[in-house]
Amino acid sequence: MDTTILLFLLQDGITNGAIYALLGLGLVLVFAVTRIILIPQGEFVTFGALTYAALAVGQVPGTARLGVVLGLVALAFDLFAARNNLTARAVARSAAVYAVLPFAILGIANAVASPQNPAALNFLLSLIIVAPIGLYLYRIAFQPIAHASVLVLLIASVGVHLALQGLGLVFFGPEGLRGPPISETAVTLGTLRFTGQSLGIYATTLTLIVALWLFFGRTLYGKALRATAVNRLGARLVGIRTSLSGQLAVLLAAVIGAVSGILIVPVTTIYYDTGFLIGLKGFVAAIIGGLISYPLTALAAVLVGIVEAFSSFYASNYKEVIVFTLLLPVLVLRSLAAPAVEEEKD
Amino acid sequence: MAQRLPIVLFALVMAVLPFVPGIPPFWIVLLDNIGLAALVAMGLVILTGVGGLTSFGQAAFCGFGAYTTAILTTSYGLSPWLSLPAALVVSGIAAVVLGLMTVRLSGHYLPLGTIAWGISLFYLFSKLELTGRNDGISSIPPLAIGTFEMRNPNTIYFAIWLAVVVAALITVNLLDSRMGRAIRALRRGHIAAESFGVQTAQAKLLVFIYAAVLAGLSGWLYAHFQRAVNPTPFGPQAGIEYLFVAVLGGAGYVWGAVLGAGIVTVLKEILQSYLPLLFKNETQFEIVVFGVLLVALLQLAPNGLWPRLLALLPLTPRGQQPQPAAALPAREIDTASTGPLLTIDKARKQFGGVLAVNDVSFEVGRREIVALIGPNGAGKSTTFNLVTGVLTTTSGRVSILGQDTTDTPPQQVVRLGVARTFQHVKLVPDMTVLENVAIGAHLRGHAGAIASMLRLDRADEAKLLAEAARQIARVGLTDQMHQLAGSLSLGQQRIVEIARALCADPVLLLLDEPAAGLRHKEKQQLAELLRQLRDGGMSVLLVEHDMGFVMNLAQRIVVLDFGTKIAEGTPETIRTNPDVIRAYLGGTA
Repeated sequence: MDTTILLFLLQDGITNGAIYALLGLGLVLVFAVTRIILIPQGEFVTFGALTYAALAVGQVPGTARLGVVLGLVALAFDLFAARNNLTARAVARSAAVYAVLPFAILGIANAVASPQNPAALNFLLSLIIVAPIGLYLYRIAFQPIAHASVLVLLIASVGVHLALQGLGLVFFGPEGLRGPPISETAVTLGTLRFTGQSLGIYATTLTLIVALWLFFGRTLYGKALRATAVNRLGARLVGIRTSLSGQLAVLLAAVIGAVSGILIVPVTTIYYDTGFLIGLKGFVAAIIGGLISYPLTALAAVLVGIVEAFSSFYASNYKEVIVFTLLLPVLVLRSLAAPAVEEEKD
Repeated sequence: MAQRLPIVLFALVMAVLPFVPGIPPFWIVLLDNIGLAALVAMGLVILTGVGGLTSFGQAAFCGFGAYTTAILTTSYGLSPWLSLPAALVVSGIAAVVLGLMTVRLSGHYLPLGTIAWGISLFYLFSKLELTGRNDGISSIPPLAIGTFEMRNPNTIYFAIWLAVVVAALITVNLLDSRMGRAIRALRRGHIAAESFGVQTAQAKLLVFIYAAVLAGLSGWLYAHFQRAVNPTPFGPQAGIEYLFVAVLGGAGYVWGAVLGAGIVTVLKEILQSYLPLLFKNETQFEIVVFGVLLVALLQLAPNGLWPRLLALLPLTPRGQQPQPAAALPAREIDTASTGPLLTIDKARKQFGGVLAVNDVSFEVGRREIVALIGPNGAGKSTTFNLVTGVLTTTSGRVSILGQDTTDTPPQQVVRLGVARTFQHVKLVPDMTVLENVAIGAHLRGHAGAIASMLRLDRADEAKLLAEAARQIARVGLTDQMHQLAGSLSLGQQRIVEIARALCADPVLLLLDEPAAGLRHKEKQQLAELLRQLRDGGMSVLLVEHDMGFVMNLAQRIVVLDFGTKIAEGTPETIRTNPDVIRAYLGGTA
């Protein structure tokens, strides 16, 4: 193998790895705050990517309507949960978040959508369409069982994944889509050519890692979110609103997923089910990071990307087999390192 | 036998069903599919519902069964009946390999691990030349008995449902046995189970293999039913669906698997035929409905539908009185030797910067009741855990009957005749008092999993249950014998723990706060029982905060404070010891 191929594979691996790192970060974030292993993270990637691609050709995708439907269901959940204690203030707050907001977004999307829109506008629009979906999903699917065990939350998470993946097929059809790049610039360095897109990917990933690290490690609010994960009751007793922190975490994960999707859709064709596999690779990274450490997750993600790039070059048929089997030894090591004696309580 | 009656009835109904005139042939196809899914789900019931090990990867084991028979019958012309054992063995071996890697995984790492190898194997099936890549393998021969070939859904129906009924029978048998109790303790009581000799890692591997073999059987049937295999039905999506089937039916109930399989299969059929009418040209909308239902189910009926169905029936579960049986052989005690029973020599336990037990030494002799007292956090329970092998020592020695037992696993310690209770009660709440107590006698029985499945364990089992009933009577809980342990008051649960410990036929009984939560009268009864046990030749080491109880009962008292032994002696000397008074009442006392 000559150095050109080596460098090319490395570059490819690092670019993909950066995306996995973003997703891994989202997973760690959600797990650290809510104990939910967010399998539907992959669907946020798909939704972000395909919403952006649809907007680029001037269409308003189904995801905007999904936001409205989910918002209304979440509103119903909220009102039902508070039925014995309804105050005008609470109703107004719920209605604003769960009804007015999604309708406003749908309205804006309908008004603005046009094939001539600049890419940056579509980027923003895709984000505000997809992000609230995360918020509403948490309210509907996870908040009612927020106290349940990690396993129950995981099964619910798989249910949400199935539903969203099916909806992805309904909204975008079985054909894959590609979107226009956000920037056309490119830099050449020796034999390697860095597109503006890949540089954008690196920059976004690095920024987010540092931001999350600082947020959770250095700010009081970030520490409050972490406290929620360790001990919900204790967190509530010291005045942390646990349901709000859960919503915030999944909202952030949705944003991260959507950003990742928008960043890769100009590079690879995204199908309605692509997000799941990409998300799972983010998982591999997140698990190597022990679902706790942000920098370790990012490193692991780059490793996963590189392993994938090399195995697709040498044994392209077995690319997925190799990447997912990589997880097993890691899990065994993780499990040996922390032989927590835990018994299920319910 | 009464327990088997529903199975016999069910088998009869299923056998007659195809002959009911006017039954649409299409229903039989559905029933075939239900049976196939029920087999896999039954494995998951044991694995996930009972054993607490969640697997998203069962579909891959179906794949092992299906591909094994497909390859052997098409490429090597083997008869399907000969490929059946091969299919089961291959699934079993795959389970051993994956199980050795994954069942050690704790908590949520296990389901994630199963997702990972589920996907990995799916891609392997669809890439390997041997398994026909994405196209799979076709023209698999039908099952045949002589010249009678099971070519259509009506005939293979009998093979499928025979397998389901047999699997249900075997599964019910397994759960109702010595090994079954060990499996049922995995999810919510494995620490206690280990203290009575249950090898939990082996039990986990056992259920993992069992579930995989059932899935392999389902795959073998599937291959000869469809007469072709391809990777799709063995992918991660299918694995998730099987788990859904088990959770829907009720993950702790064998018949829940059949119920869940029925509902999901029929639901899928309905969705596939009617959803396209509602949402034109949407092919996979059923997946959306599925996902939504799964989430709704977890919120509305997290225990599944089967227990709800049972609650509707006017059945009161009545426990069977254990049959009278020969007593289990008692432990042979070496009466000649006179050395101490338990010797703790400079035992030390450090948790990071905290020194929980600081070079503590004391002995427990024969026929002696020794109390270990001290303020909260003095290291009493940690000392218990060091003696029973639940924790490993940082330094120092522990020996029982002169044999060095420092850092031996709990399963070994109990063999030597040391049985214990726990400060925080560790009973399996959804098992009856009798079953919980019988776990104590685990090492005194010998029946293995296979014998239990085939009901060859009855003599052994009768002795264990009779022993359990005897010990329950001894502690005075006969009236509560068939109640669920979780429904008892905390004080009674502590007494159940004592009965369980007695079932191990110990020479030394370790009791961690046995009198907490008992009323005055009950405490007196407990003290009387402990004196009887001592007079019968047993020694007791107990941790207790009730000083009246301790002073009247113990012959010797060891006092710990901040992990260090500060005094040892008779109740009279301890009562007046200035160090002890200072530890309890503060420096100025």
